[in-house]
Amino acid sequence: MSQPTIKEVLLNPIFNNNPIGLQILGICSALAVTSNLQTALVMSAALTLVTGFSNLFISMIRSQIPSSIRMIVQMVIIASLVIVVDQVLKAYAFSLSKQLSVFVGLIITNCIVMGRAEAFAMQNPPVLSFFDGIGNGLGYSAMLIALGIIRELFGAGKLMGYEVFSVVNDGGWYQPNGMLLLPPSAFFLIGLFIWAIRSWKKDQIEANAYKMAPQVSSKEAY
Amino acid sequence: MEHYISLFVRAVFVENMALAFFLGMCTFIAISKKVETAIGLGIAVVVVLGITMPVNNLIYTNILKDGALAWAGLPEVDLSFLGLLTFIGVIAALVQILEMTLDKYVPSLYNALGVFLPLITVNCAIMGGSLFMVERDYNLAESTVYGIGAGVSWALAIAALAGIREKLKYSDVPAGLQGLGITFITIGLMSLGFMSFSGVQL
Repeated sequence: MSQPTIKEVLLNPIFNNNPIGLQILGICSALAVTSNLQTALVMSAALTLVTGFSNLFISMIRSQIPSSIRMIVQMVIIASLVIVVDQVLKAYAFSLSKQLSVFVGLIITNCIVMGRAEAFAMQNPPVLSFFDGIGNGLGYSAMLIALGIIRELFGAGKLMGYEVFSVVNDGGWYQPNGMLLLPPSAFFLIGLFIWAIRSWKKDQIEANAYKMAPQVSSKEAY
Repeated sequence: MEHYISLFVRAVFVENMALAFFLGMCTFIAISKKVETAIGLGIAVVVVLGITMPVNNLIYTNILKDGALAWAGLPEVDLSFLGLLTFIGVIAALVQILEMTLDKYVPSLYNALGVFLPLITVNCAIMGGSLFMVERDYNLAESTVYGIGAGVSWALAIAALAGIREKLKYSDVPAGLQGLGITFITIGLMSLGFMSFSGVQL
């Protein structure tokens, strides 16, 4: 297999192989933190950094790790990085870290980080792995930010806490759609996003397990 | 007693791990194609959550918490930043021990759970349970009840989703929504249903 280039590993995950849309990785946090744009942005940045650097470090020591304990080694590296992120957030953005509550800690068990470490960083050189991590982080961020914009803009008429549409309660014209702030809407939106991406990139469509038999035509029925 | 019952009911219905907090989504979607495997995985999650939560609680209150090391003559030490690392370590170790014990003493259950046990280490629901326990200051008894309740809630949700998906595969879904897309929309509807519990106070 030929080495992929840096550009490929960086850009492919965004649309062609989106971690959320196609690989079904890292969905937990994608849903819970996207009810406004700010937390979505912070979460994306945190995850992109953690994935990038964990890939870098794991790839650096990949030939030294005995394969029987590689999971534990990966876990320890990832957990240490997440602790750094968590402490930085607590020190400089305390209210945000309260809002994100447990979801920063849950980056450890986010399948994207583990998945990329296992699938890519164990086989590839450090620099390439680093960009693969960043690329997958960006693919995740793209989805998160899109969800955050839609949910906050149409759910509360705001973006990043600034008013964009003036809502009815404050004497404006926009009747906010409160449903979008509730958790289930995130599922619907992701479902629709997947539909949109797959209508554009036809090769991602999954085959149907059961084919519908065509309707019996009126001629045959007689 | 009432306090614990209400905590349990709240953990199962109102604060459903999968449908209200979206924890453990990756396995939730990946392993919900068949009802039997879904139930097997659900039971494994209940067991692991029920064991890891009290253990993590003991470790947190006696070693990591601010001032918890006073019994060792170190009242100013605050190790709570090591929480994340410790919890994941405890979970991984416990899952491993559980796997070995089951293999030795209850082989039938071991065979039934099979591949799901190791998968549970990286299930966010387990880790999330421990983090919620810290955030909400549960004591030992509360965290045991909450652990089992959270596990039951996750098992309930995955069994229900698997039931729906088994029927869903016979239906005629638009090409782009096939598979993952329609699953997401199904979960959305289920989550909407579970929201009707949100006003329940016990």
